[in-house]
Amino acid sequence: MSSWAMVLFQRDLRLSVRIGGSAMVGVLFFLAVVTVIPFGVGPDLNLLARIGPAILWIGALLATLLGLDRLFQADREDGTLDLMLMAGRPLELVVLIKCLAHWVATGLPLVVAAPLLSIFLNIDPVAMGAITLTLLVGTPALTLIGAIGASLTVSLRRGGLLLAVLVVPLAIPVLIFGVSAADAAIHDPVPFMTPFLILCSLSLIAAVIGPIAAALALRFAGD
Amino acid sequence: MSIWDYANPTRFLRLVQIVLPWLIGLCVLAFAAGLYMSFFVAPEDYQQGDTVRIMFIHVPAAWLAMMCYSIMAMSSLGTLVWKHPLADVSAKSAAPIGAAFTFMSLVTGSLWGKPMWGTYWVWDARLTSVLVLLIMYLGLMTLWRTMDDPIKAGKAAAVLTLVGALNLPVIKFSVDWWNTLHQPASVVRMDGPTIHPDILWPLVIMAIAFTLLFFVLHLMAMRNEIMRRRVRALRQRAASVSFPSTATASTQAAE
Repeated sequence: MSSWAMVLFQRDLRLSVRIGGSAMVGVLFFLAVVTVIPFGVGPDLNLLARIGPAILWIGALLATLLGLDRLFQADREDGTLDLMLMAGRPLELVVLIKCLAHWVATGLPLVVAAPLLSIFLNIDPVAMGAITLTLLVGTPALTLIGAIGASLTVSLRRGGLLLAVLVVPLAIPVLIFGVSAADAAIHDPVPFMTPFLILCSLSLIAAVIGPIAAALALRFAGD
Repeated sequence: MSIWDYANPTRFLRLVQIVLPWLIGLCVLAFAAGLYMSFFVAPEDYQQGDTVRIMFIHVPAAWLAMMCYSIMAMSSLGTLVWKHPLADVSAKSAAPIGAAFTFMSLVTGSLWGKPMWGTYWVWDARLTSVLVLLIMYLGLMTLWRTMDDPIKAGKAAAVLTLVGALNLPVIKFSVDWWNTLHQPASVVRMDGPTIHPDILWPLVIMAIAFTLLFFVLHLMAMRNEIMRRRVRALRQRAASVSFPSTATASTQAAE
């Protein structure tokens, strides 16, 4: 990674960890979602173990959506985004690095918190590992797809809600394969690797499409 | 005669004025023939009875729902790649029509599903992907409404439309997987026995009628959108003439 990329990565990481503590807020929201669901479906431990992977994935999706509006908006407000547009660096790469920093600050804490939260949901250790692994592979895809929505709504004053509406349909495949890979680890007969590898490929596809589309949208929003 | 000749809105409007009456006439004829055939000529299904006639609305609506998205995707390509001035007008005016066709196919589908399957809604692969398509249409329409500047809104929506066009096959495919993984035994099939010509012909004519209806509505909506933009430009000019200082301030704020 060349030096400017490293500097940008460190800057974004530092900003998102220090200002507002967005990483911790995301994990707290994740905890709140997981806590609320047993009140809705009842405290039956067998049921919770069965739908546990789905609860964790939906919680991670919602927590990711909540943090996405800060991906470009703070930089637009203080004018940094215009400087980035004019800096002459490939904007796609800038977006990719910003997404990476955003994921390390908000997505990675969710992955780390997942094993702890799966104890609440009566999930056994093997499944716990599988769910954490699927989240580790799948949450970058959520951030990268979300970057498209974030760049489209960057110039809107209250873009957060619209962002969620735009991103959720695109995130459905990730959710499906993430949950089915995690489910496959619990119920033996279904192979784990097939949905897991498709999930990996979805993340890789998102790593290509997300930055390209987001950079395109940011250029249009800027000029 | 290239598509660039109609980059000029005035020339395009003149073409619309010539074409539209013929298109409306053809559309009315096709609907008259199609509806007559589907209600009186097509026989009842030996199992489904008269409810099979829902198909003559339902299937063309579902086809049109998908065709409309592909037209929007092509228009978006026109906006981003060739910067054709009417491409984003076309995409914008196609979105509500596509949403309406999608909604129609969902409603007629669930009305058909109640007597046949015993329920209004199943989380079947096809139903789910059409529902996702409807959400995407509505999201695109919202994106257009929230942005003041039509040019910027058109470009943003074009990006989203193309990403959605790339994603729709993935969504379709993943929903298929999701459905078959969880309930392989009770997959509801919509393709029953192979279609008999007595039913196929009314269906084809109804499909032609729906396609004509789409083009009529699309051209009308495009005409309205061009008019709307002209009114907007005239109002802005009038405002800048009568209040020179505030008008420049407001245009700067809008950008």
